[in-house]
Amino acid sequence: MKTRSLVAGLALALLTSTAAHAGDVRIMWYSDGVEGEVMKDLVGRFMKENPGINVILDNVAYSVIKEQLPVQLEAGNGPDIARVTAIKELSKHWLDLRPLVKDAKYWDDNFGSQADWMRPDGSNQISGFMTQITLTGGYANKTLFDQAGVPIPGPKATWEDWAAASKKVQESQQVPFAMAIDRSGHRITAPLLSYGANYVGSDGKPAPLDKGAKDYLTKFVGWADDGTVSKDVWVSAAGSTYRAAADDFINGQLAFYYSGSWQVANLATKIGNNFDWVAVGSPCGPAACTGMPGGAALVAVKYTKNQEDVATVMDWFAQEKIVEEFSERTLFLPGHKAVVDKGGLDFKSDNEQAKAALNVFVESTKTTSEAALKLPGWRWSDTVYAAIVTRIGQTLAGELKIDDAFTRIDADIAQKVKDAGK
Amino acid sequence: MGKVARFILRRKGGKGWHWTDVFTWVWLVGGLIIMFGPAVWLVFSSLKTPAALAEFPPSILPYVTSQATVEGYDKPLMLYDAKMPDGSTRVLAEVRRIGLVAQMVDPKAPGEIFKVNINDRAPVRTMSFATENYTEPFVHFDFLRYLWNSVFVTVVATVITLVVNSMAAFALSKYEFKGRSLAMLVILATLMVPLSVIMVPLYSIISTLGLFNSLWGVILPTVATPTGVFILRQYMLTIPDELIDAARMDKASEWQIYWRIVLPLTAPALAVLAIFSVVWRWNDFLWPLIVLSRRELYTLQVGLSIYSGELNVQWHFILAMTVVTMIPVVLVFIFLQRFITTGIAGTGLK
Amino acid sequence: MPLAPFDLPLKGGDRLGALSRLHMPSHFGGGETTKFDGNGGEDTTMTTPSLSAILMAPINAIMRIIDAPLRRLQKATGIGGMAAFFLAPNMLIFGIFVLLPLVINFVYSMTGGTAFFLSERDFIGGAQYSRLFECQNYLDPMSCQEDAFWTAVGNTFWFVVLQVSLMILTALITALILNRELAARSFWRAVFFFPVLLSPVVVGLIWKWILQRQGLLNFGLYQFGMDPYTWLTDRSWTFAATIGVSLWAHMGFYALIILAGLQAIPKDLYEAAEMDGTKPARVFWRITLPLLAPNLLVVVVLALIKSVQVFDEIYVLTGGGPGTSTLFLTQYIYETGFASALRNPGLAAAASILMGGVLVVLTLVQLGIGKRGENKGKR
Repeated sequence: MKTRSLVAGLALALLTSTAAHAGDVRIMWYSDGVEGEVMKDLVGRFMKENPGINVILDNVAYSVIKEQLPVQLEAGNGPDIARVTAIKELSKHWLDLRPLVKDAKYWDDNFGSQADWMRPDGSNQISGFMTQITLTGGYANKTLFDQAGVPIPGPKATWEDWAAASKKVQESQQVPFAMAIDRSGHRITAPLLSYGANYVGSDGKPAPLDKGAKDYLTKFVGWADDGTVSKDVWVSAAGSTYRAAADDFINGQLAFYYSGSWQVANLATKIGNNFDWVAVGSPCGPAACTGMPGGAALVAVKYTKNQEDVATVMDWFAQEKIVEEFSERTLFLPGHKAVVDKGGLDFKSDNEQAKAALNVFVESTKTTSEAALKLPGWRWSDTVYAAIVTRIGQTLAGELKIDDAFTRIDADIAQKVKDAGK
Repeated sequence: MGKVARFILRRKGGKGWHWTDVFTWVWLVGGLIIMFGPAVWLVFSSLKTPAALAEFPPSILPYVTSQATVEGYDKPLMLYDAKMPDGSTRVLAEVRRIGLVAQMVDPKAPGEIFKVNINDRAPVRTMSFATENYTEPFVHFDFLRYLWNSVFVTVVATVITLVVNSMAAFALSKYEFKGRSLAMLVILATLMVPLSVIMVPLYSIISTLGLFNSLWGVILPTVATPTGVFILRQYMLTIPDELIDAARMDKASEWQIYWRIVLPLTAPALAVLAIFSVVWRWNDFLWPLIVLSRRELYTLQVGLSIYSGELNVQWHFILAMTVVTMIPVVLVFIFLQRFITTGIAGTGLK
Repeated sequence: MPLAPFDLPLKGGDRLGALSRLHMPSHFGGGETTKFDGNGGEDTTMTTPSLSAILMAPINAIMRIIDAPLRRLQKATGIGGMAAFFLAPNMLIFGIFVLLPLVINFVYSMTGGTAFFLSERDFIGGAQYSRLFECQNYLDPMSCQEDAFWTAVGNTFWFVVLQVSLMILTALITALILNRELAARSFWRAVFFFPVLLSPVVVGLIWKWILQRQGLLNFGLYQFGMDPYTWLTDRSWTFAATIGVSLWAHMGFYALIILAGLQAIPKDLYEAAEMDGTKPARVFWRITLPLLAPNLLVVVVLALIKSVQVFDEIYVLTGGGPGTSTLFLTQYIYETGFASALRNPGLAAAASILMGGVLVVLTLVQLGIGKRGENKGKR
């Protein structure tokens, strides 16, 4: 019976494809660029060295990490290891590696400064480590500045200085916009902090927007209205959706672009030889000259059935030489203290501008403010970011007055806090 | 040639051009451009390099700056049309650019270095197809596995859809029983439930049934389509009851009546449903994305989404893989398109 | 792309004639040619006999095996039991994967918290509903607590009104044109039907690439010396684009349903009208449109349901922007319940129950109007 054997074959194919083997470690991974390839390579090397453990790398879209993984985790499903950005919000699902890793002190020494970003408040859990640290910062189109004969503002320049200088460039070079900032609460938080904003109230819950925050947001909306800042990305979506303004910068339509370290590889490939660009760190405000740190972490999930194997995998990937190689090949800033202190990473890029830019970012980590370092480990950061982006986006689209936007932001955040607290 | 032209330009009644003839041709040609144009552009775009994709003004066809190997230089150099101080234009290769001034050499006589303002040079471009957008995903993208999963989901879901829906349609069209209208009403009501609305509860059901991370978790929720039941029921209503009564006289069982009489007569409607089911299941994206998070279970649509990162989207790969995933649907369409109209025309919707 | 459940009476005797010519084929297309008239003379030839016979042989064997126990079942339960048997698989799948989630959704709408699973949620009664309805001034969505919900309701309303009426108009024109004597008619039909085959995500992407600042449309304008315009950051243009794109993507399907209706109108009616020297416009209003009414009703109902539920392609195209000008209900529900940083599934469920309620009412009203129209026609 042809049909029956066919059906049996199908059933067999299906069974073999869904059955989980003991010794399997699944890593859920998303990629912005080449890191998936690098990771695949490293996983292959790991398996050669540890023949008993079968590591499966599931490449997924970032939206899966952001939207589906939380649901899976709540149902007690999910991968064994995941590369995640909402590391604090989901921290109750992470596995405590402290009793499982070979040398907990190594982890504390090298990853200790970000450990708090990914563990439940008040614990000393080791959940994982940062695959990369990101830092927000600006890029200037040096060629446009040169052509306009405007000097590029120095390291202590303020946001106003940058706005004025870019405006001059815009007028002289007839580009559509002087500046742009990604549509992201995380990005815009950097200048807010430089203006002295403090999101965290005395009870650890979000405080209403303070003067520093309102000052910068008012200025930002003003710049958008007079055409200094590009509105395009900010009005191009509703809600808290992320949009990057990188394409405008790549096409030489912008004098100054505020984004972050992760753009380096992207800019290097796409701009190529079209113009000169430089990373310039974060402009200053009255309170600080800070960028916002961030990044993605590799964390272990506590619903795994192979705790020992997971710990072995995590230990292997956390090794100094592996972190170093990963960072050099992906052009990511490492989150490993020994690697950072040693310095002199040999980034694998033949683009001199990219290398220079990466070094600027490494340098500007030094001006990151205390407040900025705390935010990634604060439970309500994403709530505040979302509210700011949603309402400022509406303001730029002409739907809200700036004062109404402030009221709305405070109300939105208060509502979310109320919803979440049982 | 003349004959063809006369055939194509045949007009209503053969008496000169009525305004409706003009309107018809404007509509058809406009439709051709608007309906096909975007897809054609998608195909061309999928052959561009990431840099060319981000460029404005965009080109219709994929172009890159041409390069030349010049004696004395290790790497190939970019070629530019440079305006010389005397007003003439020469093809020069760029050695390096410092600020606003490019240092260029003549590829044929690389000894002399010219200094050219960067605004006085324009790249020499040649057409080049970035086929690596296609080949690279094939190498590090488990294409055959995804293809197999997509085909498996599409075929199994379509077969189950046809069987289950036609059985229900048979019961709803050829039997009188209590609750028939209610069953019909319930099926109608589900037309109004978009997936995004019941996603969370449906997810918990799938997870409870253990269908999470299983292709059956993608197949089962979609097979009882209200659409299918309607199309088939409307069609079956047109089958005369006498045929069935005659068969019953001949001691045919109900199953035989369904299988040997009703189904063959419903063939055109089944073909329509099969086409739609294939298209829907092949294009399914949101639901498989939720259910399948293991690499070996990805369908093509889920597979191509891995190029959307948090901060960057690798458009060149997404475009190329989109084109690849479109091919089977277009083939199905080309071969089966005649069934679509005839089938719909026959579904009793008159 | 669902078709609606109308008991539309079979018109014209040509189909019955075709059926009687079939004289009960022994199996699926085996050796028989299924021929249907009334489709502008197109033939639908099924697979060739030899191939289909080979393919069908094992399936027929299985069917014979299934038949034996079913005969016993039929003896035990009678015809009524067989009806239940035929209906059961479909209803079972329906029940588990559609109805049960709906019920759960309703329960969800009465609970609060951010947890996904019912066991961890608290019962709060109608609080989610009253939150949706809390407004200072019912004429201004911005004064409501959930301003995004009411903005979405307003946007969806205008979208539905404009999109459905334009859809009917363009689909009707297209169908009338495709129903004319054209060279290569099946090619033209394919042209208009083609976008229906694309996945919504692809549709959204293609048009985003065309309309964005660095897109094809601006390139065209640039060629004519015009400045590029940011179509997708202009509120009215973006709204128009969402309507245009959804027309582009779905018009072919509705045109096809109308075309099927047009082809079923007996040709002799037109011939008679031509003999009488009736003006074409009058023929259209007095013959074509009335006979097309049932199909148009189907199209209106389906287009309406689909346009209230519009989501994927618009989400990819505009993300709801600029501001909130293309934020539609389904996106609001999706983002509130699933996608945003701190989700509120209860609120999303309440909003979806309200949306479902409105849809049911609208559909019933239309069916009512349709029935009345039909009765008038019968008079």
